[in-house]
Amino acid sequence: MKLNLNALQSLTHSDRQADRVVPPSGFTARLTLFAAAAMAFLAVFALALSMATGRLASQWSAELARTATIRIVAPLDQRATQTEAALAVLQTTAGVQSARALSDEEQSALLAPWFGPEVSLDGLPVPRLIEIVETADGIDAAGLRLRLAAEVPGAVLDDHSRWRAPLVKAASRLRLLGWVATVLIVATVAAMVTLAAQAALAANAQVIAVLRLVGATDRYIAQAFIRRFTLRALAGSALGVVLGVIAVVLMPSGGSEMSGFLTGLRFQGLGWIVPFLIPPLTALVAFAATGAAARRTLENLS
Amino acid sequence: MIELENVAYSYGGGELLSDISVKLAPGSFHFLTGPSGAGKTTLLKLCYGALLPTAGTVRLLGADVRTLQRDDIAMLRRRIGVVHQDVQFLDHLPVAENIALPLTVSGRGGAAQGDDLEELMAWVGLTGRAQGLPPELSGGERQRAALARAVIMSPDVVLADEPTGNVDWEMSQRLLRLLIELNRMGKTVLIATHDLSLIRAAKAQVQARVLRIANRRIQLAGADL
Ligand SMILES: Nc1ncnc2c1ncn2[C@@H]1O[C@H](COP(=O)(O)OP(=O)(O)OP(=O)(O)O)[C@@H](O)[C@H]1O
Ligand SMILES: [Mg+2]
Repeated sequence: MKLNLNALQSLTHSDRQADRVVPPSGFTARLTLFAAAAMAFLAVFALALSMATGRLASQWSAELARTATIRIVAPLDQRATQTEAALAVLQTTAGVQSARALSDEEQSALLAPWFGPEVSLDGLPVPRLIEIVETADGIDAAGLRLRLAAEVPGAVLDDHSRWRAPLVKAASRLRLLGWVATVLIVATVAAMVTLAAQAALAANAQVIAVLRLVGATDRYIAQAFIRRFTLRALAGSALGVVLGVIAVVLMPSGGSEMSGFLTGLRFQGLGWIVPFLIPPLTALVAFAATGAAARRTLENLS
Repeated sequence: MIELENVAYSYGGGELLSDISVKLAPGSFHFLTGPSGAGKTTLLKLCYGALLPTAGTVRLLGADVRTLQRDDIAMLRRRIGVVHQDVQFLDHLPVAENIALPLTVSGRGGAAQGDDLEELMAWVGLTGRAQGLPPELSGGERQRAALARAVIMSPDVVLADEPTGNVDWEMSQRLLRLLIELNRMGKTVLIATHDLSLIRAAKAQVQARVLRIANRRIQLAGADL
């Protein structure tokens, strides 16, 4: 099927006379409408899932940026020596790009939200923080912990949210599955419209034969069917998308970042446009599927 | 207009028609006769491109049918009006719309069809049935509607397969007069029939030639009718 402008244009300015040459088919029409609506509804959720998990995955992996912290928890008089020792250990640890102890001012700034800016940390046994920037290969956290335990008893290694790594993987996979589901839904719409169109073409074999005999071109005959199924698919999927989007909007939202997986199942920003691309896409798929079915049927007629 | 050269046709078994050479000149009037099953309908189908010859050449309005694309065949059918033996209509549309169907599918429907359609419906005596549905028509009414549909495009050629099969003598005379009238307007007419009295009646009004299919071949029947 040539997806040329002419063919698409003829869909819009409806030739009522031409529409009448094919008898109306109430039941299959409603089935097509329903199936297109149901598929569009599902597609909205598949898309929302992909986009939400996609956001989650990139957010989490950004947080996984390769940093770690060592806390030196020691009596004040040993803190400086233990910090030196820890830095020495880090210098000979594979995977460490740089390591530096935070200054008192930096630590006060970090703690200010809790203690207020006036509180002086002098004389308080606040742990010293060492900030580690890792190389691309990362550090062997378990090995480093063993060495620190032997040489710097007050050191505690915090490798941040490394535990989330498998979750990031799962989220990426979920996003992929969401897209796969969307593609499958589109393919199902194509299959369904093809079946419905084929059934309509078969049911109207006599009509088609008469039209051929009185000089109708294949294009004219095909268009009577194409127009119907395209408009039905378009209407059905528009309905499904509207209902789907309403359902997504009504999903409870908010909550912390951790509960974001469930409550974040919605679109964001330009993402809201995406579900509204489903109806035109469905119409296009129906247009092509009906065209192909009609062409196959007509080529077997004299 | 229509030219068959050494044409043969077979539906798969033996040859039904062999070595047929016929030429329908513009404005000529022909009858095609022969026993039932001789191949009259088959020959007509060759003449409007519904069948391709298994041998020989068929030239329709100057073009070899083998070279015609599907759209060319569609265009051809707008210039060759056919009354089919087993005429079929769109059963969900009223008779008037069925008769105007060739205009509709060629994009000439609507306003243009008004007066011509009414006149034509009156000609075939179907004015009263215009809004009826085809399944409600009698056999003869169907044939009249078929003839009206075949000529509404004012085609160059009219092929009629047993157009008077189901109508009484008076109506068959009326249909014949319509066909003769069309012929006088310059249209080429070919009527397949085994109604010899129809042929005789026609011969009194128009110079008609009679082709007879016998033994798979075509013969020009003499004046013995
Ligand atoms: N589609 C087909 N497939 C196989 N055989 C066919 C087909 N159509 C017709 N025939 C056979 O070809 C022969 C000629 O058929 P055709 O319809 O041309 O005869 P006809 O002269 O028009 O007969 P009638 O006067 O009864 O209408 C018949 O024996 C018929 O059985
Ligand atoms: Mg016949």
